[in-house]
Amino acid sequence: MRYEAPESVEKACQLLADDVGHARILAGGTDLLVQIKTDVLDPSLLIDIKKIQELREINTGSGGFRIGAAVTGAELKEHDGLRAAWPGIVEAANLIGSTQVQGRATLGGNLCNGSPAADSVPALIAAGAKVVIAGPNGRRELPVEDIMVGVRKLALTKGELIVSFIVPPRPKQGGDAYLRFIPRTEMDIAVVGCGVSLQLDADGTCTFARLALGAVAERPLLVGDAAKALIGSKLDAKAVDVAAAAASAACRPIDDKRGTKAFRIKVAAVLARRTIQIALDRAHGKTGTTH
Amino acid sequence: MQDKAKSPMSSEFSVVGTRPVRPDGVDKVTGRARFGADLNLSGQLTGAVLRSPHVHARVLKIDVSQALALEGVKAVVTQKDFAPQVNSTTAFGEGTLNLMHMLTNVLAGDKVLFHGHPIAAVAATNAAVAKRALKLIKVDYEVLPHVIDVDEAMALGAPLLFPDMITEGVKPAPTTPSNIAKRIDIVLGDVEAGFKVADVIIERSFKTAPVHQGYIEPHACVATVSEDGQAELWVSTQGHWIVRMLCAKLLGWDINKIKVTAAEIGGGFGGKTVVYLEPLALLLSQKSRRPVKMVMSREDVIRATGPTSGSSMTVKIGATNDGRIVAGEALLKYQAGALPGSPVGPGCMCAFAPYDLPNVKVTGYDVVSNRPKVAAYRAPGAPISEYAVEAVVDELAATLKMDPIEFRLKNVAKQGTKAAYGPKFGPVGMAESLEAAKASAHWRTPLGKNQGRGVAAGFWFNIGGETTVSLVLNEDGTLGLTAGTPDIGGLRASLCMMASEELKVPLEKIRVQIGDTNQLGYNFLTGGSRSTFSSGMATVEAARDIKKEAVRRAAKLWELPEEAVEWDSGSGSVRPAGPNAGKHTPMTLVDIARIAGKTGGPIVGYSRLNAHGAAPSFACHIADVEVDPETGKASIVRYTAIQDAGRAIHPSYVEGQYQGGVAQGIGWALNEEYIYGTDGKLQNAGFLDYRIPVASDLPMLDTIIIEVPNPTHPYGVRGVGETCIIPPLAAISNAMSMATGVRFAELPMSPPKVLAALDKARAANTAKM
Ligand SMILES: Cc1cc2nc3c(=O)[nH]c(=O)nc-3n(C[C@H](O)[C@H](O)[C@H](O)COP(=O)(O)OP(=O)(O)OC[C@H]3O[C@@H](n4cnc5c(N)ncnc54)[C@H](O)[C@@H]3O)c2cc1C
Repeated sequence: MRYEAPESVEKACQLLADDVGHARILAGGTDLLVQIKTDVLDPSLLIDIKKIQELREINTGSGGFRIGAAVTGAELKEHDGLRAAWPGIVEAANLIGSTQVQGRATLGGNLCNGSPAADSVPALIAAGAKVVIAGPNGRRELPVEDIMVGVRKLALTKGELIVSFIVPPRPKQGGDAYLRFIPRTEMDIAVVGCGVSLQLDADGTCTFARLALGAVAERPLLVGDAAKALIGSKLDAKAVDVAAAAASAACRPIDDKRGTKAFRIKVAAVLARRTIQIALDRAHGKTGTTH
Repeated sequence: MQDKAKSPMSSEFSVVGTRPVRPDGVDKVTGRARFGADLNLSGQLTGAVLRSPHVHARVLKIDVSQALALEGVKAVVTQKDFAPQVNSTTAFGEGTLNLMHMLTNVLAGDKVLFHGHPIAAVAATNAAVAKRALKLIKVDYEVLPHVIDVDEAMALGAPLLFPDMITEGVKPAPTTPSNIAKRIDIVLGDVEAGFKVADVIIERSFKTAPVHQGYIEPHACVATVSEDGQAELWVSTQGHWIVRMLCAKLLGWDINKIKVTAAEIGGGFGGKTVVYLEPLALLLSQKSRRPVKMVMSREDVIRATGPTSGSSMTVKIGATNDGRIVAGEALLKYQAGALPGSPVGPGCMCAFAPYDLPNVKVTGYDVVSNRPKVAAYRAPGAPISEYAVEAVVDELAATLKMDPIEFRLKNVAKQGTKAAYGPKFGPVGMAESLEAAKASAHWRTPLGKNQGRGVAAGFWFNIGGETTVSLVLNEDGTLGLTAGTPDIGGLRASLCMMASEELKVPLEKIRVQIGDTNQLGYNFLTGGSRSTFSSGMATVEAARDIKKEAVRRAAKLWELPEEAVEWDSGSGSVRPAGPNAGKHTPMTLVDIARIAGKTGGPIVGYSRLNAHGAAPSFACHIADVEVDPETGKASIVRYTAIQDAGRAIHPSYVEGQYQGGVAQGIGWALNEEYIYGTDGKLQNAGFLDYRIPVASDLPMLDTIIIEVPNPTHPYGVRGVGETCIIPPLAAISNAMSMATGVRFAELPMSPPKVLAALDKARAANTAKM
């Protein structure tokens, strides 16, 4: 196994493109190293991206954020501006593993590991985040929801890697939240995850909404019908119920060691309701964290 | 944490009952302590195990030639390299021992019996070479149908693990083989007659999942065997004399050839009372003439060591309207794993032990299926059967509209109660525990929304057994204490405290160690909650031996008869007694140590005994649980463990045992289980999906220590390490039924199962309306 730690995106893409074996990007390694140790993967080349400055930074401009793909959960938490604007994203990333894991685990790694249960992904989708992809033919952008196409399958092509996430400015009177269900209090993988982002107008009518689910299908889902039910409403119980039902309806889960199909479908609605409520409270300017 | 409850006798003691820092503490928090995997020898090889990819298969051929030919591979072993063993079962500690089965568990013979069953082992210059070598071992298998579930394994036509297995304990013996290794019957009185006079009878069936001991330190050892056959083994174990004996038998070596040193141990809970890697490492070292180190991965640990049994049970209890239990009956079917030997025996014996009952009938079955062979786990077998009984007892109390503690008190086992399994109890603390529960602030605190409170009782025998301790008086009057039961939960602290108490020597003047198998006579293992009881008893005896010797030496110096000299326990010195009182200056142990040479040589206190008189420990736990009605997730919001310690030598370590038992019980109740696919393969062989509780899952686990001294121990000690894992299962189940109005009869009560039960109940309610 070869190890490279390039200092530029271009060099990293070059290494990826030139490799004839199984090259892998190494970010925090909290997924990759585990997979190597347990014989799931046996890469011929590891390309460590932690020396590439652009991937390690959070930049603010015109109210939005550009978050490097190799920024860790712990670093997100230390960014006051991001925490104030998108608490749901920051909290989602900091549900990952434990304090130790959060010091290593990156947003890029969480997305590119290709798990439908990745915690930060529904929060990023709900926020309407995009990713910047670099490859041998330059750069392109895709919405986060278009990256994962199936379990461990990504829309990236040979030689491509993720450079950063572009998160829009926090909408005025907007709020976001992410909740997940796990059987314990931490150190578990989401059985269901739900991210919500909302915007209200002056009289409290919902003008914008996005709801995304994790761990209920082969990839994270953006649930358009849930958003439809919310937009135009005052987020009254009835509208929320319709959105929650839409969340359940969107699920196409499997029975597995972490939960049954029926359980996931039910809990998706429960989490949808609870997450909408937190996002709504935040849109109303109430602060406080979910955990 | 509450302070030690002052018992009337505690004033007798000055050291016992206090909370000094443990002697092994600093090394553990600084990382200096050496655990199983911390020893490295020069020239050491890495040992690795080839495990079966099949759940059940005949082994047609094993070809190791390519592996042996690989550069860096120094030895390969298969079952053929071991001494042949006979298929005979003997009593052994808290369970039974069958060496043929043990060998088959260490390395498969003509069949593999579960996914992950070891089949060969290699020693190579490093882990990468060892791994490659494993891939080069060619095994031809003939895959056989498998069976995982205990009820399915008992059914007619189930795939048989052993085509010649005839159920023991059935008369006349069955003529056809089955997966039922053994049947056990316990009968007291006449249950049929008892049920006839009952006003209320409740009968329920239960299922529990197998659970792993979950010790944080995986199995690890280093073996080195010299050219002349002298072997040394360094290992994480609960009993190094047992490891020595098992390895000697499996290898066909003399016991004196093997010296075993117990490393610091990162938990065992019963799971480190047998051997897995140790005989392999010894044999690989003998063959390669190099030290061999073997360490399991977490996956290996979960796939192929432990766990304790899963079960399928039916319990039926009858009571009269005034709250008297008149009959109790139980049918217990325990999974043994791939080889016979589940703890169904103790399960049967303990099931109804917290109660004084006239009529009891318990039937137990030991059933094999294609799962890892079970190993002892804290109070082996008891949590399972007592869970089912305590759940029915709770439902009976509710049906009779009686307070669950009052109902238990009305039927409580006490001194003189004849247990269904035979003996009459001496002084025991079951009633005291229930009374303390009733009097606790916890019992009276109001509950919040979606919360329920459950109680449950627990009983475990505790054991004694062979024990040796030596206590050396050093030249300067300090002491060196050597015990032979590995210290898992604060033993060294407690032993020092007992020696200090007995000799009036300050704690810091006593250095304690766990000796290797060449340093002491035989010691049975740390298990059965016996180490503080047995090694404590021996320590007190060894200390008394020192006192006697001190008297003898002073008498010699003073030229007095021995009877004219006495030990003054107030000052911890020897002095002339009777008519000679005051004639000589009393001598402390420091003075005695100084004159040891000229009065007869070194002074060593020694005790070797078979500790009889182990006394049971009873407990009552209170659990408050909140259940999220929308997700079925249960959270423990408050918990109090009340248990009889006999005497708490070091109360913090008694509390630590209680809390640890509760934490494991909570895992057992809520989330821990082995999840199999239809292919018979375990899907959750890791701590991510085998969910033991994490710290944030637990509230502060409160404890109340009851002290009803054990009259047969010099300081009143009972064992405390096992009983505490028993009550949580039912206490939590009972709390959840109060919180939700639904009775649960299956463990674990994981959210998907709970939510489904709640939905079913809600649907039934809606239908009624
Ligand atoms: C104990 C533990 C607990 C965990 N708990 C959780 C949890 O609660 N929730 C959760 O969602 N996850 C959890 N995880 C999984 C993991 O920590 C997260 O998915 C984490 O975000 C991965 O980030 P990383 O930087 O460590 O990725 P790495 O392991 O470095 O990489 C993961 C994958 O993504 C690829 N990759 C990484 N960065 C890029 C990039 N910029 N462009 C293209 N490909 C890239 C890698 O090649 C690799 O295939 C846990 C892991 C552990 C070990």
